[in-house]
Amino acid sequence: MDLHRLTIHEAADLLRRRETSSQELTRACLDRIAAVDPAVRAFVTVCADGALQQAGEADRRITNGEATPLTGIPAAIKDNMCTRGVRTTCSSRMLEGFVPPYNATVVQSLSDAGMVMLGKANMDEFAMGSSTEHSAFFPSRNPWDRARVPGGSSGGSCVAVAADEAIYSLGSDTGGSIRQPAGFCSVVGFKPTYGRVSRFGLVAFASSLDQIGPITKDVTDCALVMNAICGYDPGDSTSLNQPTPDYTRSLVPDLKGLRLGVPQEYAVAGMQPGVESAFKAAVRRLAELGAEIEWGAFLPHTRYALAAYYIIAPSEASANLARYDGVKYGFSAPEASSMWDALEKTKQAGFGAEVKRRIMLGTYALSAGYYDAYYLKAQKVRTLIRQEFDRAFARFDALITPTSPTVPFKIGEKMDDPVQMYLSDICTLPVNIAGIPAVSVPAGFVDGLPVGLQAIGKPLGEETLLRIAFAYEQSTDWHKRKTPL
Amino acid sequence: MEHETIIGLEVHTQLLTRSKMFCRCSADYASAPPNSHVCPVCLGMPGVLPTINRKAIEYAVMTALALQCRIPEFTKFDRKNYPYPDLMKGYQISQYDAPIGVQGWMLTETAGEQRRVNIKRVHLEEDVAKLIHRTDSVGESYSLIDVNRAGVPLMEIVTEPDLRSPEEARQFLMKLRTILQYLGVSTGNMEEGSFRCDANVSIRPEGSADTLAKVEVKNMNSFKAVYRALEFEASRQRKVAAERGRLYQETRGWADDKGVTQPQRSKEYAQDYRYFPEPDLPPLTLSPAWVDELRASLPGLPEARRDQFASRYALPEYDARLLAGSKALADYFGECMKAYHGPAPEKRAKTVSNWLLGEFARWINAEGMEIHQSRVTPPQLVELVEMCEQNALTGPAAKAVFEEMFRTGHPPREIAARLGLTQISDLSAVEAAVKAAIAANAQAVVDFRAGKQQSLTFLVGQVMKATRGRANPGVVTEILRRELETG
Repeated sequence: MDLHRLTIHEAADLLRRRETSSQELTRACLDRIAAVDPAVRAFVTVCADGALQQAGEADRRITNGEATPLTGIPAAIKDNMCTRGVRTTCSSRMLEGFVPPYNATVVQSLSDAGMVMLGKANMDEFAMGSSTEHSAFFPSRNPWDRARVPGGSSGGSCVAVAADEAIYSLGSDTGGSIRQPAGFCSVVGFKPTYGRVSRFGLVAFASSLDQIGPITKDVTDCALVMNAICGYDPGDSTSLNQPTPDYTRSLVPDLKGLRLGVPQEYAVAGMQPGVESAFKAAVRRLAELGAEIEWGAFLPHTRYALAAYYIIAPSEASANLARYDGVKYGFSAPEASSMWDALEKTKQAGFGAEVKRRIMLGTYALSAGYYDAYYLKAQKVRTLIRQEFDRAFARFDALITPTSPTVPFKIGEKMDDPVQMYLSDICTLPVNIAGIPAVSVPAGFVDGLPVGLQAIGKPLGEETLLRIAFAYEQSTDWHKRKTPL
Repeated sequence: MEHETIIGLEVHTQLLTRSKMFCRCSADYASAPPNSHVCPVCLGMPGVLPTINRKAIEYAVMTALALQCRIPEFTKFDRKNYPYPDLMKGYQISQYDAPIGVQGWMLTETAGEQRRVNIKRVHLEEDVAKLIHRTDSVGESYSLIDVNRAGVPLMEIVTEPDLRSPEEARQFLMKLRTILQYLGVSTGNMEEGSFRCDANVSIRPEGSADTLAKVEVKNMNSFKAVYRALEFEASRQRKVAAERGRLYQETRGWADDKGVTQPQRSKEYAQDYRYFPEPDLPPLTLSPAWVDELRASLPGLPEARRDQFASRYALPEYDARLLAGSKALADYFGECMKAYHGPAPEKRAKTVSNWLLGEFARWINAEGMEIHQSRVTPPQLVELVEMCEQNALTGPAAKAVFEEMFRTGHPPREIAARLGLTQISDLSAVEAAVKAAIAANAQAVVDFRAGKQQSLTFLVGQVMKATRGRANPGVVTEILRRELETG
């Protein structure tokens, strides 16, 4: 049996029945990484020894009957979540040697649940990008077609799961960074409501938009990981003090009584015909499952979401990245004539081009004389977009869109045109602007390349989204298809 | 042309919270080894998040209330961006356009004239790390960073430009410090840097509404320095104006040793702080009910305490104001009076006040001590007062006993006995001393009998000297008079 191909719930069943051990499972994943990672480059750091040790502990826990559904299951963690004793690079030269002395709250939660951490997943530098090409180390490759990008910024996390290197992974989503690569790699990616999952220990890109979520092989696994990572954290003042439901209870295979809206605003220019027809087929399937579908224009302001996003996110990033001065940790320019010279040289050499571009954008947008025209106006647009979603959710239980207007593009294709790159997040960005939850599930293939279906929910509407995703998934076999690797 | 001086103050004061503003580290770092009170949050490490210290909010609201501020329901934190190695995150979490308190005021009194100084705002922020600049053996300069101070709650109080003289500014600061001490929110220690003051100084032609260039003066580390720096700066500006020179808007630092203000190089590249709302901290709603609770629980402030002393103990206004002017002294006085349930409390109060404002204050000042460092406890001082009331000590002897109490912290009875200063109650001993004085000062006796009253005073002095102050002067006078008139 190919243990590495298992889902969480399949593996947990075998572990519970003692038909395999976490150590066997972990070894299978590590072997898979050794075999395929050179071709797809999902990992920045692989922790073979640590993983096997954690697997041994997990096996003891299973023997003692103290297992959770995640105990002993090998996972990959996006390299912007702090892991005690394991370097956390954000795929940046700036943090290449940074070893945090603390765990992110999510990492701690998963460790407490018995996670085996295989390693840290590649990403666009500081989560800025949509292709993983902005990693300072190497681009990850799409396992369905290695000439193409896996999407980003959680590209490595999605590749690791799609290529069966890890059973599941965590990603972070600031403008689509979980959902867009999940769609590109044909895996399930969930971005919870802002505040649902603690951000403590997630290296900040844009604090008011960042949210951690699971990347899994199917929707059942998604619910299991959500159960472990959602919940209030007093260490994150923006986390929501709300009870966490058992998300596996949402996994029912019909959609009767649900009203779903399909906003036509997402029929954007540049939508590929193949994607559009796959999307329409998916919507028909949702109707067959019992959902009431309404097509229409519900979100006229979302066309301003991209512009607002590219002011708010870089503004916050310009402050969040100011701490990397080479004094206390991380990269420090070796040759400098003075304190200010050291600071400048450290930033010049430590940050990549896209990061610098966004720092400049944000610094400009916040500058005296421009603040009202840019940052303040973007915040007003944000309010309008939120209100628009609120109105839509008064009528609908969820909104349905494609995850991305295109299938995965070729490596290098958009590197010289940042705006084209930014447009690949056009369907996912408004969700972060509004702080609401959304999920991407596999919805077919165009010429062998994956297409994702996105369901967007109201604040704390995770359960409805899981139900939609589960019912849809169970009526298809897209999630069972395996990459050619 | 006559110019008037316009001064506005910006006070930064560390709050006496147990933990720092946004993390659990201890805020009490004064005697801690460098970089021992630090954690990933106050070190600004990647991925960490701030959480607000509730006590700091409470202290800032209390201060704002004591300064008659309005407390808006909505308050929030903002990021103030500037690069400097003492700033761990590259930005300081501060408050920009929604401070804790706004539109307050405080009365100042200078040379008997009371004036209202408007308070623009009271807000919270975090202190920065301490940089220590060194030079190594080959003359290369380098800097050390101590992060203990980074993240300590810092409250900023900004006045409107309502102060009109350096003396008024000094009075304002001293009163503000007293208020902070009464509230228990700050030590108010300027020398240790827990209470800091910057000033905006400008001059304008008398009667004009337009000031000339506004100069920010920094680096004043004592009340005296504030006064001297402002005096210097105001007269410097007058001189420039008189010589028809040009005044620039600039930042100047006070050089205490030279007694001058000097142009300061700006430590930032630019003054654009690019403020924006802190996304890691949701805005706060301060419920009016909670604010009212704090208002109701505010401790008595100097003016209330002064009025209480004046009315309850019938203390003269002068005494009441001096006692209330320092929280420590007022508390000390309160302690002294607490145990007293006897008759005529006003008489006892005046005696205690005399001691506190007299000998006690004199010795405290002479030794450069703080009141809480005094070895003399309130019960000991009360004991001394009672010994005087019972005629167990004469005035001069009491002063000598107090001096010894102040030095050793021993109880007054023990000291009086040890020094043999207890008042001579044996009349025959006093009579013997009187007779000896008469015998030794024949001329004075003759003068007295010739009607010269001062001679009696002289003779009393001789007896007191002989008894080392232990005789009761009233008794001595009486016996002397009797001896001289019958003798």
